[in-house]
Amino acid sequence: MSDALPSYLEQSEAVRARFRRLHARDVILSVRDLGKTFRSRERETEALRGISFDAHRREFLCVVGASGCGKSTLLRILAGLDEQTGGDVLLSGKPVRGPGADRGMVFQGYTLFPWLTVKRNVMFGLEMNGHGKNEAEREALQWLDLIGLGKFANAYPHQLSGGMKQRVAIARALANQPRILLMDEPFGALDAQTRARMQTYLIEIWRKIDITIVFITHDLDEAVLLADRILVLKPHPGEVQEMIEVPVPRPRGPGLHLSPEFLATKARLEELIHPASDAEDDGLTLDLPRLVQVGDDVD
Amino acid sequence: MRLSDWLTVGARLSARARLWLGILSFILPLGLWCVVSYVPAVWHPYVSVTDPGSVDYFQPGMLVDHTTFRDEVQNAEKARKPIPHGVPSNPVYLPAPDQVLTAFYEAFTTPPPTRDGEWLHEALWHSIQIIFWGFIISSIFGVPLGILCGAYPPMARLSEPFVEFFRYLPAPAFGALAVSILGIYDGPKIAIIVIGTFFQQVLIIANTTRKLDFSLVEAAMTLGTGRLKMLTRVVIPAILPDLYRDQRILLGWAWTYLIVAELIGTTSGITWFITQQARYQHFANVYAGIAMIGIIGLGTDIVLALIARRLFPWDKAAA
Repeated sequence: MSDALPSYLEQSEAVRARFRRLHARDVILSVRDLGKTFRSRERETEALRGISFDAHRREFLCVVGASGCGKSTLLRILAGLDEQTGGDVLLSGKPVRGPGADRGMVFQGYTLFPWLTVKRNVMFGLEMNGHGKNEAEREALQWLDLIGLGKFANAYPHQLSGGMKQRVAIARALANQPRILLMDEPFGALDAQTRARMQTYLIEIWRKIDITIVFITHDLDEAVLLADRILVLKPHPGEVQEMIEVPVPRPRGPGLHLSPEFLATKARLEELIHPASDAEDDGLTLDLPRLVQVGDDVD
Repeated sequence: MRLSDWLTVGARLSARARLWLGILSFILPLGLWCVVSYVPAVWHPYVSVTDPGSVDYFQPGMLVDHTTFRDEVQNAEKARKPIPHGVPSNPVYLPAPDQVLTAFYEAFTTPPPTRDGEWLHEALWHSIQIIFWGFIISSIFGVPLGILCGAYPPMARLSEPFVEFFRYLPAPAFGALAVSILGIYDGPKIAIIVIGTFFQQVLIIANTTRKLDFSLVEAAMTLGTGRLKMLTRVVIPAILPDLYRDQRILLGWAWTYLIVAELIGTTSGITWFITQQARYQHFANVYAGIAMIGIIGLGTDIVLALIARRLFPWDKAAA
């Protein structure tokens, strides 16, 4: 089937123009030769090796890779929650150490503060960064209106659905006006329909405000749907395998999953992440005796 | 409720079933007590003499065992003298429910035996004050230290090994020491409660703090939360409902130290009432006194649980 597809490297004129504009923008995040080795008494595990890439202002960058490729570790280092053992992370040219309000983060597990109402959750970062209570409240309410949860300002997180919680978490991170938003499989715990709605929704927000997004996912459809570029990591140790410029034009509507550019990109990702030769190593082919008696084959 | 609910691990019960089972948990032991007390065929190892007849050492109200009583009846019959009469009876240390209930009421209406003695409600109030001050003093130091140990590993390593050692020392062992330092009145009693509570409190609260969902701390870090505010704005509010639950359990433990504490120095409070009544073999009053401790303890806990629902509306475990 992939023979019939165009190459994922082919870009239409409009898409090429978009990437030209993207590359012309400032580099917000620059990762230089980043490495991470976990050391315990028994052994050393190299999780990341020689990771280098740039993210431009207002870029939507997705990171994909097989499990164990260190994509979460990479994001945690960017957030300052883990420390790299080599290399640099530069934010607008300045090296970052430790967590800070200039990098917002959205976790898969929502991590809303259960003792605070939705409004107070969104106010939290603002208050931590020296904004007065009234100002924080005003801004929080604006954010809640933007994400369509103005009615729930005084609800507690446990009263919200998963999708609503994640919207509040996004608002909470964005209210701080970070330069970059780090998202660690934020929709991984949501059901398929909610996830689809959240994706549309995130794109809406991203288009409206000046934010660069680094988004980790294991869902390849999600990556192709959302990203300007996709960083593909390969595991053991995590290394950059390829940086793919997604040739799918924007806006990306519902019919997009069947477009040739989409399929070509996804086929390439599949090829990189699940090479055919891996199947045996993964134990996906089972050497099982036949256990069914009836002559009723399912395939 | 179906039979299968009894055999299903973690079966979900309706509010009705929960209420009735809760009531039953009190009715069952009470019922057992009633059966033992009011059905003469059950137990009743003694005979309570109602009429001594010709037996010279019998007195009305005296408890003798069945064989002795039977022998004396036979002897009297043989000698053709008036035979003694009696009814089956339980030992004096097991009064019937109605006796205890009467004692419960009378204990409050009976004036103190001596002029400087206390009414029962005064004794109870004295006990409650001992508990209150002991628990408050312990908490003023124990709660902050526990939180600090739970939040900051160096603090934990610095204090927990010693606390761990100290909590094995029985608090009553410090009785004599406490009296010689703090005198014979309330000081040493409060000290015993403090010693009994404090060391457990530090360890339990430190553990609760350590169980804090660390992803909340990480989320707060990425929102630019500073070190001090991390403690006051994230750690403490996050653990507050669990901390409150710990305090409820610890308050229960403080009550268990009360009796020993009140025996130190001059006996006082509810313990004075109980020991005094036991000395005169007024066991109905003794049980009434013990039951009062239970009622006050359970009552306080229920009130505190209700307050918790108000204080922590987000806490699912309390709802």
